[in-house]
Amino acid sequence: MSTITLTVNGQKVTVPAGSTILEAAESIGISIPTFCHEPSLPGVASCRICVVETKGSKKLSPSCMTVAKEGMEVQTESPAVVEARQTILELILANHPMDCLTCDKNGACKLQDYAFQYGVKEAGFTGVKHQYDIEDDNPYIIRDMKKCILCGKCVRTCAEADRNVIDFAHRGFNTKVAPPMDVTLGDSDCVYCGRCVTVCPVGALTIKSLAGKGRTWEIEKKDIICTFCEKGCSFELNVKNNKVIAVTPGTPAEGRPLCLKGRLGLELLHCEEPVKPQIKRDGQFVEVSWAEALGLDQVLAKINNLERK
Amino acid sequence: MTNSIAEIAGADFILAIGTNTTETHPVIALQVKKAKREGATLVVADPRRTGMADLAQVHLQLKSGSDIAMLNAMANVIINEGLYNKEFVDTRTKGFEALKETVAKYTPEHVEELTGIPADTMKQVARGYANAKNASILYTMGLTQHICGTHNVFAVANLAMLCGHIGKPNSGVNPLRGQNNVQGACDMGALPGVFTGYQSVTSDEVRAKYAKAWGINDLPAKPGLTVGDMLDAAGKNVKGMYIMGENPVLSDPDADHVVHALEKLDFLVVQDIFLTETARLADVVLPATSFAEKDGTFSNTERRVQRVRQAIDPVGNARADWQIVSDVATAMGYPMDYNSTAEIFDELASVTPSYAGISYDRLEEGGLQWPCPTPDHPGTQYLHKDKFVGGIGNFSAVEYIPPAELPDQEYPFVLSTGRRYYHYHTGTMTMRTGALEVHYGTESLEINPADACKLNIAEGDMVRVKSRRGQVEVKANLTEVVPPGMVFTSFHFPEVPINKLTNSMKDPICKIPELKVCSVSIEKVS
Amino acid sequence: MAEVTLTINGIEVTVPQGTTILQAAEKLGFFIPTFCYDPELTRPGSCRICAVEVEKAKNLTVSCATAAKNGMVVHTDSPAVIESRKTILELLLANHPEDCLTCGRNGDCRLQDYAYMYGVREAGFVGEKHAFEIEDENPFIIRDMNKCILCGKCIRMCDEIQGNNVIDFAYRGFRTKVATSMDTPLSDSNCVFCGNCVAVCPVGALQEKGLRAAARTWEVKKVKTTCPYCGTGCSFELNVKDNRVVGVTSCDGDANGRALCVKGRFGYGFIHHPDRLKQPLIRKDGQLVEATWEEAIGLVAVKLGGIKRENGADALAVLSSARCTNEDNYLLQKLTRVVFGTNNIDHCARL
Ligand code: SF4
Ligand code: SF4
Ligand code: SF4
Ligand code: SF4
Ligand code: SF4
Ligand code: FES
Repeated sequence: MSTITLTVNGQKVTVPAGSTILEAAESIGISIPTFCHEPSLPGVASCRICVVETKGSKKLSPSCMTVAKEGMEVQTESPAVVEARQTILELILANHPMDCLTCDKNGACKLQDYAFQYGVKEAGFTGVKHQYDIEDDNPYIIRDMKKCILCGKCVRTCAEADRNVIDFAHRGFNTKVAPPMDVTLGDSDCVYCGRCVTVCPVGALTIKSLAGKGRTWEIEKKDIICTFCEKGCSFELNVKNNKVIAVTPGTPAEGRPLCLKGRLGLELLHCEEPVKPQIKRDGQFVEVSWAEALGLDQVLAKINNLERK
Repeated sequence: MTNSIAEIAGADFILAIGTNTTETHPVIALQVKKAKREGATLVVADPRRTGMADLAQVHLQLKSGSDIAMLNAMANVIINEGLYNKEFVDTRTKGFEALKETVAKYTPEHVEELTGIPADTMKQVARGYANAKNASILYTMGLTQHICGTHNVFAVANLAMLCGHIGKPNSGVNPLRGQNNVQGACDMGALPGVFTGYQSVTSDEVRAKYAKAWGINDLPAKPGLTVGDMLDAAGKNVKGMYIMGENPVLSDPDADHVVHALEKLDFLVVQDIFLTETARLADVVLPATSFAEKDGTFSNTERRVQRVRQAIDPVGNARADWQIVSDVATAMGYPMDYNSTAEIFDELASVTPSYAGISYDRLEEGGLQWPCPTPDHPGTQYLHKDKFVGGIGNFSAVEYIPPAELPDQEYPFVLSTGRRYYHYHTGTMTMRTGALEVHYGTESLEINPADACKLNIAEGDMVRVKSRRGQVEVKANLTEVVPPGMVFTSFHFPEVPINKLTNSMKDPICKIPELKVCSVSIEKVS
Repeated sequence: MAEVTLTINGIEVTVPQGTTILQAAEKLGFFIPTFCYDPELTRPGSCRICAVEVEKAKNLTVSCATAAKNGMVVHTDSPAVIESRKTILELLLANHPEDCLTCGRNGDCRLQDYAYMYGVREAGFVGEKHAFEIEDENPFIIRDMNKCILCGKCIRMCDEIQGNNVIDFAYRGFRTKVATSMDTPLSDSNCVFCGNCVAVCPVGALQEKGLRAAARTWEVKKVKTTCPYCGTGCSFELNVKDNRVVGVTSCDGDANGRALCVKGRFGYGFIHHPDRLKQPLIRKDGQLVEATWEEAIGLVAVKLGGIKRENGADALAVLSSARCTNEDNYLLQKLTRVVFGTNNIDHCARL
């Protein structure tokens, strides 16, 4: 395989040809902030928080999409870069609820991390803020579009799973991630696999069974592999004070399943107080038995029948 | 300390001699303040009107070096007025008659002139001390850094024994140690005459015990040299020196003499975390780790052994001091292969009776105060209960002797040196914190406004301070903290190497240099 | 000692007379929030977040300052209690900057903890907010009085433990704030920057300048150790992030409790100072140059061994350190006596 050599912050690094600047930097332990970049999803370079300065180029380049070239000299934290990032953060915060106080993402939020890192305390711009309602008419995912930074990762991961439940809707200031016709997730074709939640860098998408139960720094995450089918998706046990309080989706296995059934089954197995499952019937969510939620009612009935005989 | 730090708060009479506790031991001072809030009387004896003196009900602003005269006068009052604790004196001490005889001539009236303290005040303080239920004496280097430092300490002990103010809770004689592990360095036998736990090198029995523990045939029986004597012998009898974590060029008196001495050595090894003034003179410099990078224990001033825990990896290629020492021993043919500091601790506890009951496991539960002879011993909160460690308490009748150097025409001022709240020792650490030195970044010389006026010195003027040994230039700070005739500064700042001036005359017994008194002249730098 | 028996949330408990309801509840493992209460300080009972319901009492009772009495029936989480706590939180938040995003205490803040616990997302009241200037011109402590909830703990700490009495409540009503006597910055007062007030502040109004800028509370690992400065032997916790010491916080020390002085709390910067020695140095042609450990130790062994052979053991002398550990000192005196073969060892204890 052919390689190329470049310098990042004065440090030489050799990477396979075709690598991005971001990959090159990360390979030598230099981290660059990213919002819209997700290694497993197609790149779009839309958020531009990952911009870097390359010698000889007047414009800053998004490092997540720019292919590293032989002899390139890259600066990842130059004054121009830092200023650009600060401006981006200020713009985002100008239209962001200052809600970390009780936000369930507080402590594991990229927007917050970068605001702290770049010393952006407040929006440098005062603007109109979105007034979307928090959407929690479904039993599994809470959507707070006021906190959305429009990175599009949820849209792309949903599309990747061939579901395409959500997409960008409207334009300009009104741009918003929504199911077709801007209905709620509860009224859409969403199957609540939760993969969008796993990629959301902020508190716009959160798992409902975890809401209000603990702060990120109190919770220890432990990987667990689902055994309900042979795909073996990974989930995370959320442990607080030695108690599993919820199971959240992790990384989907090959073929991109990561289904709701798997997660509910694991919650049933591992949580001391699992939240009762609900299923949509005639457009309404109703509480159902675990057997039904897990699609086991027929099997169980059969087993019971057989054993009674 | 014979007592614990927390016991200071339980005293109803505190006599603090030569200790500016609020600056040098701020957290111990909290206990003094607490005692005061609860009604205790605080008497501070110090030539300077320090922060501690401001807190005190009585400030004994004695003349530098007149401590024995003052303390003997107090003993005189206590004996004459029959205020001493007869039962304690009879059952637990000896040498009372000799003391009585010696202090007889130190009447308060007689020493009034010498000490600068009104006779009545001395009497009042003596009575207050004798009549207190629990009386604690605190002191630091202000008492000991004198040519008569050891005698000063005896004079203090005499007072405590006279009144039976020792060997009980809240009542005792409490030297406050200046550096984090002075206590431990002494306990560990980093002294010329003793092994760990103050076991004498001259005892055949003791040497045999250590030789066995250390797997060698015999150990040197002749007591070694003290710091000062080492430096005096450098280039003569002493050819090679190994210095771990000390900076004598700035900390020891008569700095030029120290530099010359070290330069005369054939070989000097310095092991430290920074390239100190001393390390710059070395032939080999070994980079050690700071407290944050190593495991171990420190023993504080109340004899409490506490854990030091490694928080980060060593910086660069630095190594922990114990590892370096092990490597040197191994390279010289005596393999030391300790895997952890816990192993070293177990070994030292096995040869040190006062540490025998202490282990890392126990220290996880909290610190332990020695003596702690057995694994189930709770540690010792205060010393000399029922019986002095040496058996019977000995009064040592001591006489006043004047400081080695007294002001004269040429050098009319008394220079005293000490510490500042924001800094520590020779400043190697506190000058590099990004905070302390930002707040308190330049040193100044305290001088009384009356003296300054005579010399035409204004606040902030640069002045030249000169002694028979050297000179420095420093900014003047006009303040009533020092009395007329006295000037004061610290030894923290490399830019103001005040120990170029100080007198290396030492107390003949424990070899403490007289850093608190030397004669200097002051002039404005034009 | 006389005892009293009371019932808390349906469970009977017997405690010594004089025990507060709060302490009795804690003994049973019931959690009650507090802002102004501190076990080491006097109890003004002023913030009222700890109020509980005592049957037959007219109003809610401040649990931190009320002694338990025989036969009391207490509810710590009744609807009335929760309602009252929510109201208190809403009132506090009405005049609190929405600043957790970058606040140094985010993740270790009582106001935030309780807001989350009681689901108070926003101020229920819209009110005027303070616009005090943030005080940060000293290198140790940042004071942001906009975040102060007026619990008064800093005032009592400075007065009752530190004994310095630097700060007090100033002004009145909405304008009430904690200030030095002339409302000057701390650096113009007789503050000694012990930071003991910071250690008790329940929110982000008082922060350690270096620590809070360097790390978020959830990123640090805390390691309890002993101070490297004076002989008091204060215990504290080193705050470590990415293998670097980023600050010091109080823990409960045997010798010092939570109290520290400016050196202990703010004097850690030397640890990572660029001047730190990182490699052995050997003098070559008059210059100290970098060398490997093997070279350096080898040279030391050869040279000192040579002096011993030629001039006798007493030609060697050792200075040990009052700043190194017991283990370091023990080994060095062992090296001196066993390997060098002399008692020429001392340290600078007398200085
Ligand atoms: S909801 Fe989250 S993942 Fe989706 S666009 Fe918004 S911020 Fe990105
Ligand atoms: S999404 Fe992030 S920045 Fe926004 S409120 Fe939540 S934690 Fe704070
Ligand atoms: S003090 Fe607490 S509630 Fe206020 S901004 Fe800081 S973390 Fe948030
Ligand atoms: S830092 Fe210390 S002296 Fe200063 S206000 Fe706080 S408690 Fe008081
Ligand atoms: S500064 Fe902190 S400790 Fe002081 S009153 Fe305000 S909230 Fe309480
Ligand atoms: S904690 Fe009880 S009133 Fe403040």
